Amino acid sequence: MTRFNRHGVWAIYRFEVNRFGRTVWTSLATPVITTALYFIVFGSAIGSRMGELDGVDYGAFIVPGLIMLTMFTESIFNASFGIYMPKWAGTIYELLSAPVSAFETVLAYVGAAATKSVIIGLIIFATAHLFVDVTVEHPVLMLLFLVMIAVTFCLFGFILGIWAKSFEQLQVIPMLVVMPLTFLGGAFYSIDMLPEPWRTATLFNPIVYLISGFRWTFFGEGDVSIGVSLAAMAGFLALCLAVIWWMFRTGYRLKS
Amino acid sequence: MASVISIVGLTKTYASGVEALRPIDLDIEKGEIFALLGPNGAGKTTLISIVCGIVTATTGSVTADGHDIVRDYRAARMKIGLVPQELHTDSFETVWATVTFSRGLFGKPPSPGHIEKVLRDLSLWDKRDAKVQELSGGMKRRVMIAKALSHEPEILFLDEPTAGVDVELRRDMWGLVRELREGGVTIILTTHYIEEAEEMADRVGVISKGELIVVEEKNALMKKLGRKTLTLNLAEPLAALPGGLDAWALELKAEGHELEHVFDAQAEATGVPALLARLGALGIGWKDLNTRQSSLEDIFVGLVSERRGGAA
Repeated sequence: MTRFNRHGVWAIYRFEVNRFGRTVWTSLATPVITTALYFIVFGSAIGSRMGELDGVDYGAFIVPGLIMLTMFTESIFNASFGIYMPKWAGTIYELLSAPVSAFETVLAYVGAAATKSVIIGLIIFATAHLFVDVTVEHPVLMLLFLVMIAVTFCLFGFILGIWAKSFEQLQVIPMLVVMPLTFLGGAFYSIDMLPEPWRTATLFNPIVYLISGFRWTFFGEGDVSIGVSLAAMAGFLALCLAVIWWMFRTGYRLKS
Repeated sequence: MASVISIVGLTKTYASGVEALRPIDLDIEKGEIFALLGPNGAGKTTLISIVCGIVTATTGSVTADGHDIVRDYRAARMKIGLVPQELHTDSFETVWATVTFSRGLFGKPPSPGHIEKVLRDLSLWDKRDAKVQELSGGMKRRVMIAKALSHEPEILFLDEPTAGVDVELRRDMWGLVRELREGGVTIILTTHYIEEAEEMADRVGVISKGELIVVEEKNALMKKLGRKTLTLNLAEPLAALPGGLDAWALELKAEGHELEHVFDAQAEATGVPALLARLGALGIGWKDLNTRQSSLEDIFVGLVSERRGGAA
């Protein structure tokens, strides 16, 4: 019998969404307030002294980067926490003994975390409208990109949650790797503004391609072509899926 | 009787090199209560964890109700409920939510009626809207049992169900286990409280250092391995055993006031009448006598120490 365990997937998905529901104010108010602060500081205070970038007003230019910045960290944080907590509290025994396949487990946990990320991304997008005029040239692609980013980084977070042995390890990657890479990845500027060799060095930062691609869906302009961005994201997605497949196959840090 | 769990050649060697299970072969019969006895670290939890899918076996195979636990894990696991030894609960969920979650996780469609029955049976109904973290330890254990029963399993594993549990809950739990068995559920429990096995089990397996030393019907085991002790309260204390009593295994106790004779209750001739006659002939008088059948605990201690002695 290899029937899909939809009740199981639904149970985990609902459990995770309820978990977010318990902290709905901090979950949703934090990104809104953070975004507002960025707009006040970067958009108004600094942005008023900057000209247009790629023909776009600076305030609007930073919107895609801001959405990405929050979505990267939120996705990793939520998905890693979702699987780390049962490991930490010991309740993972139930998941391991349940008739739930690896695919179903990932679908439920990552699906729930990605749902939250997409909602946060859309809230930031809506908040941005309070401060600046933003128009989206390719709305369908923009939504698609948003969902893809959420899913990919939630998968990455899920891997992190399985790998982490302590709360510190859980925090270290988003804070010390993803956050700096995002700041340096052109969230708030065009990488063409950087002098050489920094501009070339930045091309080794994978985040550049993601932010650039997302910005392209807004303004039709990016630091690199949209094709390269999509390829980079597909590559990252494939890498995460491969790692997860390996983790479940070997029982890595889940089973002895 | 048909076997509902069949374990063949199961071994487990942990990455650290610890041999937790040497080849284990065991059949659990449908509808029985099977007690797995053994000291801490004997491999009881490892064995259960493999059957339930939490630990991967090194070699060997297990089927649950005819379904291989690896190849056909969905069907196998849907039949099984597990109450682990440690209290692991989701603190922030309500009792109702966490039990309902378990049912869904095990692939069963929602059934508020069944959840209500389980909660009522476990005296948790009044607490259904309470958060799990607000409950006492005993109540949390009930919640874990409720979770394990939420998907109507046909096979229930109870790993040390009454460790650190108060007397009242222990009685309740025994009652519940019997009730479940009457409903056709097969129950496998591990314990190091012999009292528990003696009280409840139909069959007993003794595991020591990863080996199943004995699997036997409880009553047969007690009969077969049971020894009786005859204690005579002597009229006059003896300083030493007099000659002419070499045919019996005798020992002086309580500073010569008691004479103790250990004998095999199953032997055709126990030698007790002859011993009493001989004592009379030697002029050794006694005021009182009693005999005591050894408990499962004595048997168990005997078996395990015999093994240790043999291995050393």
